[in-house]
Amino acid sequence: MSSLLENTNIREEEMILNVGPQHPSTHGVFRLVVKLDAETIVEAEPVIGYLHRGTEKLAEDLQYTQIIPYTDRLDYLSAMLNNYALCRTVEEALDLEIPERAEHLRVIVMELNRIGSHLLAVGSYLLDLGAMSPFLYVFQEREQIVQLLNEISGARLTYNYMRVGGVKWDAPPGWLDRVREFLPFMKERIKMYDKLITGNEIFVDRTRKIGIYDTEKALSYGLSGINLRSTGFKWDLRRNKPYSIYDRFDFEIPVGQTGDCFDRYYLHILEMEQSVRIVEQAVAQIPSSGAILGKVPKMIRVPAGEYYTGIEGSRGELGFYIVSDGKDKPYRLKIRKPSFVNLQILPELLRGQSMANLIAILGAIDIVLGEVDG
Amino acid sequence: MWNWEKTPLTWPHFLVMLLGTVIILLLALGVVTYTIYWQRRIIAWMQGRIGPNRTGPFGLLQTVADVLKLLIKEDIVPEKADRVLFLIAPIIAFVPSFVVLSIIPFTMTHVFTAGLGIGVLLYIGFSAITIHGVMLGGWASNNKYALLGGMRSAAQMLSYEIPLGLSIVGIVLMSGTLDLNQIVLKQQQMGWWFAGPQFLGFIVFLIAGTAELNRTPFDLPEAESELVGGYHTEYTGFRFAFFMLTEYVYLFAMGALVATLFLGGWSGPFLPGWLWFTIKVFLYINFQFWLQASMPRIRADRLMTFSWKVLLPLALINLVLTAVLKVFV
Repeated sequence: MSSLLENTNIREEEMILNVGPQHPSTHGVFRLVVKLDAETIVEAEPVIGYLHRGTEKLAEDLQYTQIIPYTDRLDYLSAMLNNYALCRTVEEALDLEIPERAEHLRVIVMELNRIGSHLLAVGSYLLDLGAMSPFLYVFQEREQIVQLLNEISGARLTYNYMRVGGVKWDAPPGWLDRVREFLPFMKERIKMYDKLITGNEIFVDRTRKIGIYDTEKALSYGLSGINLRSTGFKWDLRRNKPYSIYDRFDFEIPVGQTGDCFDRYYLHILEMEQSVRIVEQAVAQIPSSGAILGKVPKMIRVPAGEYYTGIEGSRGELGFYIVSDGKDKPYRLKIRKPSFVNLQILPELLRGQSMANLIAILGAIDIVLGEVDG
Repeated sequence: MWNWEKTPLTWPHFLVMLLGTVIILLLALGVVTYTIYWQRRIIAWMQGRIGPNRTGPFGLLQTVADVLKLLIKEDIVPEKADRVLFLIAPIIAFVPSFVVLSIIPFTMTHVFTAGLGIGVLLYIGFSAITIHGVMLGGWASNNKYALLGGMRSAAQMLSYEIPLGLSIVGIVLMSGTLDLNQIVLKQQQMGWWFAGPQFLGFIVFLIAGTAELNRTPFDLPEAESELVGGYHTEYTGFRFAFFMLTEYVYLFAMGALVATLFLGGWSGPFLPGWLWFTIKVFLYINFQFWLQASMPRIRADRLMTFSWKVLLPLALINLVLTAVLKVFV
């Protein structure tokens, strides 16, 4: 090409394109500075922080129970999991005993929340790829999940449901039955999505062999969750470092084979199936009555020291790292935010790809900006 | 009186012709308005939503309200845009879309429209002009998304024009005429529609036509999730409305062309010709909406490959087969 242009006055240069912060498919206020050669990406640089609220710093002035509502707003699609990660860290530091019923309720709401989050991940991914209907379909099931969580916690999105030592509210009468009724429906719908999306030739064409990386690279970037499992590496904290009562349930850890965008999409579907299985078992095993809050000291003071607990969030390893000097507030709180860590591989994946693949790759990493920016 | 191709031009005759043009224009506008309304309703239905149902009875006035809103909006020209081109681009895109309506035989007697001997050719020629409007609009906006969108449109529409044209040639060979009305008559005479004997051509035409209309799964020029708004990113108000109008007029025109070329146009038993025509166009438009609700978007680089390596050979095979059959059978 350049030889053709040598004897002319035509100028050839790379173009810098700002994708975001206001862009339909960056899933929030995410900015990506892309250097383009025609439609090929030469370089991409993510710019984050548009939604930064300083959760970690704010937490230093808050008692542990007061931090919980702030965690709701990190990954706002899976607030239950965020709640739990914080509570779990404090509980482990205090070495608390959690009542059976509370543990079961926690698992039920967490897995329901995970299903809701995965549903939206699938829906919005398809929306990014130009298919509008699945995005609207997923809201039908998600609405039911949100309704269930609303009944138990009083909020649709920011639940603030967990407490150190248990949960805030017991399940209202009939709630568990409604969960039981919901599960077969959900199973049907997962099958429907599998039929509707997985076999679609255009969709497969757009995601197969796109954004590939291997296990080694994934580990060196510190990826976790579906982004790691898509490479075939079986790593799920619910199984590998069991917390809560996950060791009692029978479920599988689906893994991908090629580590491409399609695998990452498909794992969402498979994981939803597994989450349904877990909820089924939890609903069957839950004691019909009992305390929902363990014996927790009036003032929660974490003994001086450093504590870290990671759980399997819906986007990867979600960890809370507490440095305490023995007061009722953390000296320092560091949150390991899976979206933030997973995002780091983006520039490398994008190099040499086309604009159309940018969307496919970014969507498959599945970030939530509230969590990335913190 | 309506069949003016065969009568000498007189003043009253001319006035009637003028009136006919205005009526066709208004009819097309009405059709577009309610196509958009119908699109929103039917896609909403497919997606488990309700769709517009507040403005007027059953939301029938929703599109009217939307268009009025667009018309009273400020006409913004970006400071760095090429002013002249930016202003005329929507018009370049829009005018041909109405011109192509002039050759569509809505009924047997060509009420309000011209019975041109080169009808098919005129359609292909004029619809190609729209590409200039789209590309110029994208380029003149001086916006990177618009530029990418405009370039994509140009590449896409040009490369799909060829299989589209070639798939029509098969029909021209079979009927021996470029006159759309004659093509319909030929189908009536044969006793079956060209969608039967020209099956391959029909498939190619449907696919290439969808790409030509920039509709799902070929809606790359306005790939919202990649290019924000594509070539019309910088357009507001009535200029934006022009681009939208173009799109839907073409949807209607393409439906009319499919009906005429492959589905027997106005011919059909019992019902009057215009009703048959309307039914066929309506079915085509619904087919497009169905696609829109169920397909993701094809990838940009696959688009060109698909046109040149799949559709074009298919169209050529169809052409050769038709020619061979025409000579030997």
